[in-house]
Amino acid sequence: MRKQGLQIAGFAAVVAAIQLATFLTGNVYHLTQLTMSAYYSLVVLGLCILTGYAGQISIGHAGFFAIGGYLSALLTTHNFSAHGGRVVSGLAAMGILARRPDLYGGELLTVHPWPACILAVFAAVAVAYAIGGPVLKLKGHYLAMATLGFGIIVYRIVLGTELVGAADGIYDVPAFPLLPGIAVSGKSSLRVMNYYVAWGFVILGMVFLMNLVRSRVGRALASIHGAEDAAEAMGIPTARYKLKIFVVSAAFAAVAGVLLTHYNGGIGPSESSVMKSVRYLAIVAIGGMANLWGALFMSLILNYLSLRGYFGSFDDAVFGVILILIMLFAHEGLLRRQLLDQIRGAVIRRGGGDDP
Amino acid sequence: MNENRPESGKVRHLPAGSPGFYGNRDTQRGGGGQLMTKEGEMRGKIGVIIGIVAFALFLGAGVQAAEPIRVGAILAVTGGASFLGGPESRTLEMLVEEVNAKGGIKGHKVELFIMDSEGKPEKAVSFAKQLIEEKKVLAILGPSTSGETMQIKGLAEEAKTILLSCAAAEVIVNPVAKWVFKTPQKDSDAIQAIFNQMKEMKITKIGVLSGNTGFGKAGKGQIEKLAPENGITIVANEVYDKASTDLTAEVTKVKAAGAEAILNWSIVPAQSIVIKNARQIGFVGPIFQSHGFGNIKYVAAAGAAAEGVIFPAGRLLVADVLPASNPQKAVLVKYKNDYEKKYKEDASTFGGHAYDAFMILAKAIEKAGSTDKEKVRDTIETMRGFIGTGGVFDFSAEDHNGLDIDAFELLTVKNGKFAIY
Amino acid sequence: MNLDLFLQYVVAGITYGTIYGIVAIGFNIIYNTTGIINFAQGEFVMLGGMTAVTLARVLPLPAAILVAVLVTTVVGALIEILFIRWLRHPSVLRMIVITIGLSILIREVALHIWGEGVRALPYFTGTSVTSIRLGGVYISPQVLWVVGISAVVVAILGGFFRYTLLGMQMRACAANRDAARLCGISAKNMVTLSFMLSAGIGALGGCIVSPITYVSYDSGVPLAIKGFTVAILGGLGNSAASAGAGMLLGILESFSVSVLPAAYKDVISVAILLVILFVRPSGLFGSAEVARLKEF
Repeated sequence: MRKQGLQIAGFAAVVAAIQLATFLTGNVYHLTQLTMSAYYSLVVLGLCILTGYAGQISIGHAGFFAIGGYLSALLTTHNFSAHGGRVVSGLAAMGILARRPDLYGGELLTVHPWPACILAVFAAVAVAYAIGGPVLKLKGHYLAMATLGFGIIVYRIVLGTELVGAADGIYDVPAFPLLPGIAVSGKSSLRVMNYYVAWGFVILGMVFLMNLVRSRVGRALASIHGAEDAAEAMGIPTARYKLKIFVVSAAFAAVAGVLLTHYNGGIGPSESSVMKSVRYLAIVAIGGMANLWGALFMSLILNYLSLRGYFGSFDDAVFGVILILIMLFAHEGLLRRQLLDQIRGAVIRRGGGDDP
Repeated sequence: MNENRPESGKVRHLPAGSPGFYGNRDTQRGGGGQLMTKEGEMRGKIGVIIGIVAFALFLGAGVQAAEPIRVGAILAVTGGASFLGGPESRTLEMLVEEVNAKGGIKGHKVELFIMDSEGKPEKAVSFAKQLIEEKKVLAILGPSTSGETMQIKGLAEEAKTILLSCAAAEVIVNPVAKWVFKTPQKDSDAIQAIFNQMKEMKITKIGVLSGNTGFGKAGKGQIEKLAPENGITIVANEVYDKASTDLTAEVTKVKAAGAEAILNWSIVPAQSIVIKNARQIGFVGPIFQSHGFGNIKYVAAAGAAAEGVIFPAGRLLVADVLPASNPQKAVLVKYKNDYEKKYKEDASTFGGHAYDAFMILAKAIEKAGSTDKEKVRDTIETMRGFIGTGGVFDFSAEDHNGLDIDAFELLTVKNGKFAIY
Repeated sequence: MNLDLFLQYVVAGITYGTIYGIVAIGFNIIYNTTGIINFAQGEFVMLGGMTAVTLARVLPLPAAILVAVLVTTVVGALIEILFIRWLRHPSVLRMIVITIGLSILIREVALHIWGEGVRALPYFTGTSVTSIRLGGVYISPQVLWVVGISAVVVAILGGFFRYTLLGMQMRACAANRDAARLCGISAKNMVTLSFMLSAGIGALGGCIVSPITYVSYDSGVPLAIKGFTVAILGGLGNSAASAGAGMLLGILESFSVSVLPAAYKDVISVAILLVILFVRPSGLFGSAEVARLKEF
């Protein structure tokens, strides 16, 4: 328990140190991409617990991200003032609908970001519940195909539906006032605050997941990963645990989707593409599968570099190369003490080190 | 400021990995690659020289005259919309090189930052913030797609940075946002040109097909809006995937619905699959395409099926056969020849959109005699009679596109070549 | 809907279906000998098509296709030797991630070699507008080429696995790798061979469909997803079932267009796949018994 506290404190110190460093070197702009990376890291953490710890692959997590982001974006940009009626005015009186000016000086009546966010995350959780049961019965390639299929369906719906902007996506999404004085917003004047808000979310998520891993649930997950049939025979309700963790992981993705959409001021179909899901999975793999810190670290670095445009036209290529190299030579991740030993061993034996 | 001196007056791909991109592809496209290598080798020397020159200027005429003009470009150089971003980025590289070789605009060299967004809105947002806040650019050229443009429209407005979009959708400039302009022609004008032709041919029932891209979506919306006004009935209206491999089922549906003509609206390769499949199932009526058909590569891909396709387009494609009296002739022939000489590939109307965006900006800076954002913007808004590749631009406070139906010529394909219909 | 129209949709469905089927067969060959799904299968199709188009400029069409198939076969062998052969008991998860990585890599290399342009081989017979009229139905001769060549490939494959020693050795490996090894069969070589075979078939598929579908650096992934869908639909590992499942999915897609907006075409095919996965994971034609015995 103390070790965990120290790790979290250390990480918080790193987050603060990065902010300080950008401030001192006059590179505060980098915080924008670091903030975006933080939100993508939330998805990665959720997927890490599902794939790394419980051993359930998902190539469809961008789908949950998109459900969260799109629903929140739709509700906070759709103008209800044209609809009129008692329901609308009732909702407005309750504060669920709020008025705000648009870019051209007009006025919009849209859902307040808070209820929109809750509804969006709830929807993603509900979808996860609904499909989780049958999907998680599958194993291996069938599970991969089923989650991939889910991702494709979300992508196709998003791309084919005029209401959510089809190929253009949704834009002009307003800021999200979390608390009085604190808002998720892409405004440059709020850059530092948003950096801390985003990483605050990551730290909260991290604490939650670390506790989860150490709890009864975590031990059950490890047993499912190791030998599901044996776990079942021992009386562990594997199906229930798998579903639970699937829903948690979907909720992480949905929350990230909502927050990043409000931060960027919009969302497009590319956020729900298969390639995006593959990226999340790849980062978990590069981070070392059952390694929350590894996944977080890799997500931070790779997303940051990619969003800064450092890879130029080689974005996907660099990604593919890293992925293959890690999977071939260090498939338990880079952040691991045994790696050095393994390289030494590999050199001596002149073969690859692998385990079942 | 001095940090940036060494690169001033050069095309700069911000992405560190980019240099090899053009170099490694077709050798003909080595222009960008060579440029970069040279830059790498000579960076030190040039840095020293420019440093000295700058210092001298600082002592003499003041620093103002030597300060480079920073221009950003967000283009889908790779990814699904690379057929737009590719020619656009090559065009901009060529233009910047040319302008700087002549000593820049009013003595200011141009420093261009090209960012590859892969057509993804979230990357466009990240890059727009970088360009606006860090690079403090005067203007952003692009993005290539409508979705990306709409995502960063608000950012440009807020930061008071000129945005000259190369994307087609009308929502970009309607309603008008103070700082946002676009260079491609209006979809509604293209459709009106087609409908005028249909009325002449006495066609009243059409089948509409469109791709699931921003371009397809915008066109479909305008077609649905304009058809009733022109007395045209849409008997089938289908959207297909941009990566479709065969569209026989879709065209069969259109044919079965009794369409007299097919109107297809997409810019992706699927547009040539449509005409092929339509002819294969024995559809004999005329086929109309959007102004996105303007790439001879797709005509070649469609082979014999492309013959007789009617589509509106800017005059770039028929630059050579335009009468000498056409005001655009000189501009078009020059751009086409320069581009084709440099890159050994056919010029496309898409590259032309970037050409227009850059030249409008350059002209405005020249006319305003200043690099003040506000002044340059005002100059663009009042610019009239600017001759570009897309047409003759007449901007006003209400019209940030500046083109009308005259920008289009109805073209067709004859013997595998574009010709005026 | 009249009969002609109905048949026209069927023809469209057969065109889609054959394309999907041929990709699915590639998946199955590798799956059978290794138990892994090669997510880079679509890239073999793309590589075959791209190489053939490039070669067709200097060689006559049949020679260009032959060389392209051979080149891709070599690429398949290299991939297996460099990335797969020396791994000991890799997990399914790890193999999925590695082949996904390979798919990204091949695609990016293709982008930087060939650029973003779209290419196509010429029609084998006639031009892009030629079609054969049977009653009220029109068929492009290329569709007949695709169906014909695919049928020949399936027949040859069947004969190869049933009657040749090499084929039988590969089947032995698929049935039980350890037992095969005890009988003196080099399981490793069989795996390499399966990669070569599946790369070659993918490449051939890429060549024969390219006049219809065109080929560009990024055309592999959509094909791979469809092929994977079909392979699972038919029951993993069963090539003949794949061909049938391909036809079924193709015709289904074709008819879904006739009644629903085409924009949701893929939603329908994937949703059907999910339903089948949920109720009958062994596939439409697969045996549940066999599926249970497969290792994961």
